[in-house]
Amino acid sequence: MTDSAVHQVLLAHADERDLTKLSEYEAVGGYRSLRTALGMAGEKIVEELLASGVRGRGGAGFPMGRKASFIPKPGDTPKPIYLTVNADESEPGTFKDRELMLRIPHAVIEGIVITCHAIGANTAFVYLRGEYLEEFEVMKAALEEAQAAGFVGANVAGSETSVTIVVHRGAGAYICGEETALLESLEGKRGQPRSKPPFPAISGVYASPTLINNVETIATVPTVIELGGAKYAELGVENSAGTRLFSLSGNVANGGNYELELGTPLRTLVFDLGGGIPGGRSLKAIIPGGSSVPVLTADEVDTPLDFDAMAAAGTMLGSGAVIVIDDRACMVQLGLRVAQFYMHESCGKCTPCREGTRWMVQILRKLEDGEAEQGELDLLLNVCDRILGNCLCPLGDAAAMPIASYVAKFREEYQRHIDEGRCPFGGESSLAGVMAPVDQHHAHLRGQIEVPIHA
Amino acid sequence: MSAPGDGTAGASHASPGALYDEIREVAAAYPSSRSAIMPALHMAQSRYGWLPPEALREVADALDLTPAYCESVASFYDMYHLEPVGRNEVAVCTNISCALVGAQDVLEAFERELGVHAGETTEDGEFTLTSFECLGGCGWAPIVAVNWRYRENVKADDVPEIVAELRGGARPEGDPEGRADDG
Repeated sequence: MTDSAVHQVLLAHADERDLTKLSEYEAVGGYRSLRTALGMAGEKIVEELLASGVRGRGGAGFPMGRKASFIPKPGDTPKPIYLTVNADESEPGTFKDRELMLRIPHAVIEGIVITCHAIGANTAFVYLRGEYLEEFEVMKAALEEAQAAGFVGANVAGSETSVTIVVHRGAGAYICGEETALLESLEGKRGQPRSKPPFPAISGVYASPTLINNVETIATVPTVIELGGAKYAELGVENSAGTRLFSLSGNVANGGNYELELGTPLRTLVFDLGGGIPGGRSLKAIIPGGSSVPVLTADEVDTPLDFDAMAAAGTMLGSGAVIVIDDRACMVQLGLRVAQFYMHESCGKCTPCREGTRWMVQILRKLEDGEAEQGELDLLLNVCDRILGNCLCPLGDAAAMPIASYVAKFREEYQRHIDEGRCPFGGESSLAGVMAPVDQHHAHLRGQIEVPIHA
Repeated sequence: MSAPGDGTAGASHASPGALYDEIREVAAAYPSSRSAIMPALHMAQSRYGWLPPEALREVADALDLTPAYCESVASFYDMYHLEPVGRNEVAVCTNISCALVGAQDVLEAFERELGVHAGETTEDGEFTLTSFECLGGCGWAPIVAVNWRYRENVKADDVPEIVAELRGGARPEGDPEGRADDG
């Protein structure tokens, strides 16, 4: 095993020092980028972000500098400008933002203040996943220290720039990681997505221009300022600049987060760093970017971890959550559990997602129970197709894409469930008996929900 | 600050209007006070252990909203409880990363040890057991959150000890919820 592929840029020094402490963070150059940035015009900072090639680390991969450039200049809008940090990390398999908030909270805060200065925002919200209680406490403590030191608040580090940061705790809703649902939630409503346009850059929280960035993206900003955009862009590969934290989990010996240059082969992560598949089992499949993305088969394990290579392989880098699946897993059970997740988390606003995820669960349940008939695989694919592109937000797509990919890549295994009238794993699958959550708020509807929608 | 799920730490322990004042203080951090509904619901739940009608009324009063509106928001989010829950909330992640390495066994062990199904509360009001969607601890699966403190690499064999510890232990470490930070 070698650690040579690990390239710590964001987490530089985090192994040797307790960077949750302001003094330690400053000792390794922390808040120096903020001082540099405060001496720069906002537009110049956005130019550096553009030059850095940093693409959003939340899942969609939109170039950060371009997103920032869509925000109107403070003089061009009568409304206040807001920054919102998406810390609602909930994509199954993903646990990187959590590590960043726990280990380098000041880098997140420094990135927020620099970005606020860049776009002319005086207020930033951190929408933090409700379940992340420890992260909430660590972020609050770091924020208090940063405020006391004058890095957050009125006249940051003696400058004209003033930045208020509000840490806002969510309460358990995957959909609130979708940017417009997050804004609704932040405004004190049920977290249901908005239709776009208008885009948040023009009309976001409180109908004001709002920049929304993922935690990891924001935490990268101080490094971009420190190195300069062009120098940062030398990290990684074309169209995929920099490093990312990859969250490795599933049937792998050494799960955890690994900071790697983009373009590192999946094999290096899974086998060299992750120690491969334990228990003498063999690799069956890999989900490369969180449960919302299409699956890769074992023979695609040499695909590089970058945006273009993943797109060429028919999938996505997503949130950087790499889930390793060994040969004990029944892919129908996997599909069922994934579909149950999206059914549970669908906000119910768009019919294709609300009803389609339910259809998916029911067909997959019949398949797993050996009760599906010939033709139901095509029915399942048809349902996926009718969800894709037909919803306001990406949740419906996120449900349909992976399921369609499981059927496409493991069709023979799916077909056997029909032909043999039973699960070929006969209860020996690693996923056998997995139980999805009971929806407590809709328990009174349970009877209705279980009514089959087709015979 | 009261503990989550602790029904005894009701409003009677606090001076009248204390929750109202705390909510108003948090609301001042936001450009619009309605934005404070989520922290306010967390605070009310922390005080009452769940969100009974009087808690929703208090939140509504403080934020100039209706109790029905507050309930409509609370019912959207999994972490707000519109029914009483146990003193300890045990959430076993059963999403795929945890399921691939045996989360079902862990959940079943809790069901056996506590004598309830997932989604239920023990008769003595000590425990609410839930199977939960991804908690974000996948690299150290299976993950069990006990009162939102994560336990990693939990095995079915560990469950009796965890339950005994919680049964015999002091009050659960509280959710210190409170406040949004204003900087």
